[in-house]
Amino acid sequence: MKDKNMILAGLVVFIVVITFPFWFNMGKAAPAPELELTAKAKAAKTCVMPTAFMTAEHMQLLDVWRHNVVRSGERMFVNADGKLFDMSLSNTCLDCHSNKEKFCDRCHDYASVDPYCWDCHIDNPKGE
Amino acid sequence: MNKNYMVSLIAVIVLFLIAYVGTQQGAGLQLVFGIIIPYLAVILFVVGFIRRVMGWSRSAVPFQITTTCGQQPSLPWFKQAKIDNPSSTFFVIIRMFLEIVCFRSLFRNSRMKLNGGTKLTYQLEIFLWVGALAFHYAFFTVVVRHLRFFTEPVPFFVTLLEKVDSFMRIEVLYDAIQSGLPGVYMSGLVLLAATLYLFLRRVLIPQVRYISLAADFFPLFLIMGIALSGIFMRYFTKVDIVAIKELTMGLVTFRPTIPEGVSGLFYAHMFLVSILLAYFPFSKLMHLAGIFLSPTRNMTGNTRQVRYVNPWNYPVKVHTYDEYEDDFREKMIDAGLPVVKMPEEQP
Repeated sequence: MKDKNMILAGLVVFIVVITFPFWFNMGKAAPAPELELTAKAKAAKTCVMPTAFMTAEHMQLLDVWRHNVVRSGERMFVNADGKLFDMSLSNTCLDCHSNKEKFCDRCHDYASVDPYCWDCHIDNPKGE
Repeated sequence: MNKNYMVSLIAVIVLFLIAYVGTQQGAGLQLVFGIIIPYLAVILFVVGFIRRVMGWSRSAVPFQITTTCGQQPSLPWFKQAKIDNPSSTFFVIIRMFLEIVCFRSLFRNSRMKLNGGTKLTYQLEIFLWVGALAFHYAFFTVVVRHLRFFTEPVPFFVTLLEKVDSFMRIEVLYDAIQSGLPGVYMSGLVLLAATLYLFLRRVLIPQVRYISLAADFFPLFLIMGIALSGIFMRYFTKVDIVAIKELTMGLVTFRPTIPEGVSGLFYAHMFLVSILLAYFPFSKLMHLAGIFLSPTRNMTGNTRQVRYVNPWNYPVKVHTYDEYEDDFREKMIDAGLPVVKMPEEQP
């Protein structure tokens, strides 16, 4: 029957659309990206907070830092171990992680995140 | 208190807790909730969906039962409502398209009310239409946005949608509540708000509450649970997004892995989504396919131009007037009744 063919055609289109992730990635492995730490970052061993916290919550930390510096003029951050840090993306974060392409961007690209840090900050303040 | 929504609410909470507790340290059911159940859910969704639609395709559609909402084609000086009373396939397609993307028949929703106790009035009741539009488009956006976890590289339309969706930059930085992720997705919030509205509508309007069953509340709570757990993971209890994408990419590339450091909240979120997928073909949510097959919308209203004969009409045995007269001619003449055919004179 004519209707039955139409319904079948619609069903085929639907199945093709919803299985998009399966055929789009066919035969491609997509492992999590490897991050490269600079020599300075390796030597420091820990970031301002523990690694597990940093992977999940660095955006929140940076946002709070920005708020504190821009709105309240506070520049000092004390971490759980009592160590002092300057709340600065360019001077603290990028001091160790000076390899944005091999550190920040790898995960951000993988997770399709486009942070607007770099609208204002230059990614290599030391010009290395 | 109503058992229909209490049962649904408890069911969703229990499902959430099962997955949350089951993937904590010690229980270690990550393999079940991260790989086995999602695959089973997708299989159930696809197979169940096909079976349901194929079942519908076998049902009989003998007549044109279009609901017409305007002037049908008539004499040339009457203007036909071509979309609301389509007489050709082209306008049926336009009507269906508008129905699916704008919910036009829901827009016509009206509320009957006695005005001053005696006068019956019909009022335009637009809120269900607004809520439904908000809900469906928000849900669609959320689903498309989630493709970023299921594709590598992420296609441009997903990135574009993310950019538009996170157009508003909002940050909440109080001591009591902190959300330091300025890229706030509007669709997630709209989805939650619209689901909440659709739920409250079912509870607060007595007539709607009367016809609401557990099958109406369960999907609403399920979607609320999904939206809430998603919002929590994104803005409040942060999760390791790269590990999660490793897991989801493993699923779609058929190389399933369970990475370290994926939180229980994510497994609960994914478990609720799996439940939604598995439940889909057996529920009212099948209106996703049903809308395309609604005979009152997808047929032409041309019953005055074209004669439709029931395809399975069998030849009915009839006894015509001529045969009747043949049976009773003499008696009719005797009784003085007129007959069509006079009997031949006997010589």
